[in-house]
Amino acid sequence: MVASKKLSDRIVDWLIMVFLVALGVSTLLPLVNTLAVSLSNKAAVSAGQVNLWPVGFNLDAYNYIVQDTRFWRAFGVSVQRVLLGGALNFILAVITAFPLSREAKEFPLRNVIMWLFVFGMILNVGLVPWFLTIDNYGLLDTIWALVLPGAVPIWNVIILMNYFRGIPKELDEAARIDGANPWQVLWHIYLPTSLPALATITLFSIVGHWNSFFDGLILMNNPDNYPLQTYIQQLVIAERSVLHGGQAQLMAKLSNATLNAAKLFVAMIPILLIYPFLQRYFIRGITLGSVKE
Amino acid sequence: MFRKSDATWYTLMALPGLILLILFTFVPLFYSVIAFQKFNPALGIRNSPWVGLDNFLLLFRIPDSRTVFFNTLFIATMKIIFLQLVAIVFALLLNEVRLATVKRSVQTMVYLPHFLSWVILAGILRSILARDGLVNDFLGIFGVGPVYFLGNPTVFPWVLIGSEVWKEFGFEAIVYLAALTAINPTLYEVAELDGAGRWQKMWYISIPGIAPTIILLASLSLGNVLNAGFDQIFNLYSPIVYSTGDIIDTYVYRVGLVQGQYSLGTAVGLLKTVISLILIAISYYLASRYANYRIF
Repeated sequence: MVASKKLSDRIVDWLIMVFLVALGVSTLLPLVNTLAVSLSNKAAVSAGQVNLWPVGFNLDAYNYIVQDTRFWRAFGVSVQRVLLGGALNFILAVITAFPLSREAKEFPLRNVIMWLFVFGMILNVGLVPWFLTIDNYGLLDTIWALVLPGAVPIWNVIILMNYFRGIPKELDEAARIDGANPWQVLWHIYLPTSLPALATITLFSIVGHWNSFFDGLILMNNPDNYPLQTYIQQLVIAERSVLHGGQAQLMAKLSNATLNAAKLFVAMIPILLIYPFLQRYFIRGITLGSVKE
Repeated sequence: MFRKSDATWYTLMALPGLILLILFTFVPLFYSVIAFQKFNPALGIRNSPWVGLDNFLLLFRIPDSRTVFFNTLFIATMKIIFLQLVAIVFALLLNEVRLATVKRSVQTMVYLPHFLSWVILAGILRSILARDGLVNDFLGIFGVGPVYFLGNPTVFPWVLIGSEVWKEFGFEAIVYLAALTAINPTLYEVAELDGAGRWQKMWYISIPGIAPTIILLASLSLGNVLNAGFDQIFNLYSPIVYSTGDIIDTYVYRVGLVQGQYSLGTAVGLLKTVISLILIAISYYLASRYANYRIF
């Protein structure tokens, strides 16, 4: 009786595992399909023969991309916004989170400023006034339009603030007795002890900057200033949305399918490269973000 | 231990963030007054004529507004429900797996789409959902289709809901997995001694164990019922499916920025801003009341 129950239990164990692995693999199938299309020859792709394995394997699409100056210009804009935007986010998150992690008796304005930030976070400013504001500042078609409006990542500030609050006060006080000022306390005590939280918020902003396309679309008038996601959006999506026009365009699209797939895949590579780090830190980030008291 | 000069340091540190907050969040809020004007870019805010509530009255007369509002509500609500359901079931099943390698590999696979942008995923979806794409090839095996996933107004919202679930269910499950690991293992051991089977343990221990998390996420999701997912829809929709796929955010973009009806676009946006603010406030209240949640 007991033995047979154990057996049926083990069968269910296996069924669950097989189901979950199948689910995991099928989650990735669309990405595998894209990779396969990018490596296939155009005739096979047009004939709809490519599913999960390349047909007529070749690297033509990738060779083409390597020489595609517009693609690399957009790639460069994206790298620029990740570096500049990521650095700004990092610095602002740190210097904003630290004073907000203090008690109100140490920093009397603390609660007022905290509420302003929380209000700013839940306030969903309309697209049109947002656009007009940035236009009015004269930022259109500059890299600053892509990095300044989101320069204070309020959610990251809250994550970091909660983390700072969990660091034992004794460390802080010991440094104070030795005559350190708040800046030195932040620099020598809080930053070195907060590395996991700092890694988490940095990865959040890198991924956020790399993946943004809409600000690039509306804030850049000159396509030369498009970041990569906007460039791809215009190429792959906007072009295809006029597909209903007729047969000629359909043919043009089909011969482009391989190239588009390759571009999508190249745009994925930076995320795939940092994915191991993402996986390590983002779970922590999620738990940090939902601190319960 | 506190010194008077400390507050000056703290103020200086908070200042840059505060200035940026004012410049890019509160200033645009004041720009929203153009919802009450007939805004003309050449005249600017100062000289554009005031029209009171005309833009809002117009808004309530256009049939599009209702369609867009209900589309937003429907798509957003369905996404929340299906996403949470799938995430919960996935977390419960994954929790049953004892082999660490299998567990970790599955997690690695299902988390990945969360980190890819909707531009990339929409590019992929447009290709696999095409008439001769991967999905229709698969359905063809069973004699179904071809289905015009992106061109059929009845199917389109479900493509949105389905692809949202695909992208996010793994990531959403993280919170539930964390809640499941926090359950005291002795509860399971005692239940086993009493002869409880797998499903009984799941029903009487695991599910009650994650119930507070479910309540928390349900409360917080209230603030999102007007966010149906701009990035996703913008990259997947076309005029053929506007009747069921057009949402407030895409409508504001087309009316406000593409057609240049700044005031009307702002009016729609402002309405959304106000309703969202109220909903988020309520959701935070519910979350703190019923799930003891504090963001700071």
